[in-house]
Amino acid sequence: MKPPPFTYHDPRSIEDAVALLAEKDNAKLLAGGQSLMPMLNMRFVLPDDVIDLNLIDGLAGITEDGDTLVFGGMTRQRDIEYSDLVARRCPLMKEAILNVGHRQTRNRGTYGGSMSHLDPSAELPSVSMAQDAIVTVQKKGGTRDIAMADFPMGYMMPSFELDEMVTGIRVPLWPEGHGYAFEEFARRHGDFAITSSAVLLDVEPGGRISRASITVGGVGPAPLRVTAVEEGLTGETGSVELFTEIAEKCREIDAMEDVYAPAWYRQHLASVLTRRALGKAFSRAANGTEMTLR
Amino acid sequence: MSDRRTISVTINGETYEREVETRLTLADFIRHEVLLTGTHVGCEHGVCGACTILLDGRTARSCLMLAVQANGHEITTVEGIAPNDTELHPLQQAFQDNHGLQCGFCTPGMLTTLIEFLGDNPDPTEQEVREAISGNLCRCTGYQGIVAAALDAAKRLQGQETAGA
Ligand code: FES
Ligand code: FES
Repeated sequence: MKPPPFTYHDPRSIEDAVALLAEKDNAKLLAGGQSLMPMLNMRFVLPDDVIDLNLIDGLAGITEDGDTLVFGGMTRQRDIEYSDLVARRCPLMKEAILNVGHRQTRNRGTYGGSMSHLDPSAELPSVSMAQDAIVTVQKKGGTRDIAMADFPMGYMMPSFELDEMVTGIRVPLWPEGHGYAFEEFARRHGDFAITSSAVLLDVEPGGRISRASITVGGVGPAPLRVTAVEEGLTGETGSVELFTEIAEKCREIDAMEDVYAPAWYRQHLASVLTRRALGKAFSRAANGTEMTLR
Repeated sequence: MSDRRTISVTINGETYEREVETRLTLADFIRHEVLLTGTHVGCEHGVCGACTILLDGRTARSCLMLAVQANGHEITTVEGIAPNDTELHPLQQAFQDNHGLQCGFCTPGMLTTLIEFLGDNPDPTEQEVREAISGNLCRCTGYQGIVAAALDAAKRLQGQETAGA
């Protein structure tokens, strides 16, 4: 297993990278390489040109812009894992990132790479969906923003054009004291999850839920917001009974079927993981109450 | 016509300059060009962890990098872990003492992975050690000896620090 022949480019600026991308019609961008390199080794992809983004300055970093965290596309997963800013302002991402591969792959793997690859059960796209992130893409002559709701077009298919690249992700933050939880089930630690559930809750004093965001990964062709559950929670007071009942709605999601799991099993996992995540998120919310849901 | 570049990579303190094909993986560069065969190649797609090396002090799977990407960087392989030709690194010694290896195929990746991990987390629990090596497959030991070795090494390394302080 060796990569097929290609011409290698190592541009030093985003402008040079997108100019190459515009000029070459069978090119692949190489970010952290934790998905592209296996695909090259197995010759699942046969690009004529590989454009390495690792030597571009200023494409990585995490900054706070009011109530938004701004990530450069080449921000490594390890830097997210060890960022105090992320732990403090976006705890859902911190919890999820520990499930992304292994230390060795997080050292290389990037946020933008994970978004562009868009595996249906990848954690960072799920978190981005839960937080209503905005993805910035750039091509020769311009940049544009894509709301996360419009980002996936289908299975492993982001909605940007072939001559565009992800340069950054803006993640709107929830107010301090919000509840959060990320739960997933994988056959082995570090594997892509069969199914995951990401939950965010805003809870008022007294336990009334004023806002809910529920995302399941690995069930549909891309991370899915479960609006039926979100609507069923909003305005209600959190309780074991409510969460147990409402999570059952995940069984109605149109689920994928493949060699790893039948559709009913993914629906089952989605409901169980969402139930657990709701319990955890509500317990963690400043105005929530401690509860355990199995 | 093949796409070639001249690169210069420092491995275990020694700098190697070679002209390579740009599609050559770092693992193959280390093994076939520099002839350091301690780094093992099991799966060549990022699953087994046998090819793990330290790139500027951080672990990376060398089968998931191109050699050209290591240009100008510093790499440590299993050959560079021991302090000298006669002594073992405390982690290596702990592996020997705790039966942390049988055939040794996974060992280079286990050692490099655990060196970084014990740096990040000098006093780990057993569960944390198991999680740390979850990206490294061993087909011989059943992991028990490796986990014991890692926990033992953590103690030895801490002792070394207090002794040195
Ligand atoms: S050979 Fe690199 S991870 Fe298996
Ligand atoms: S000792 Fe043989 S594979 Fe681990």
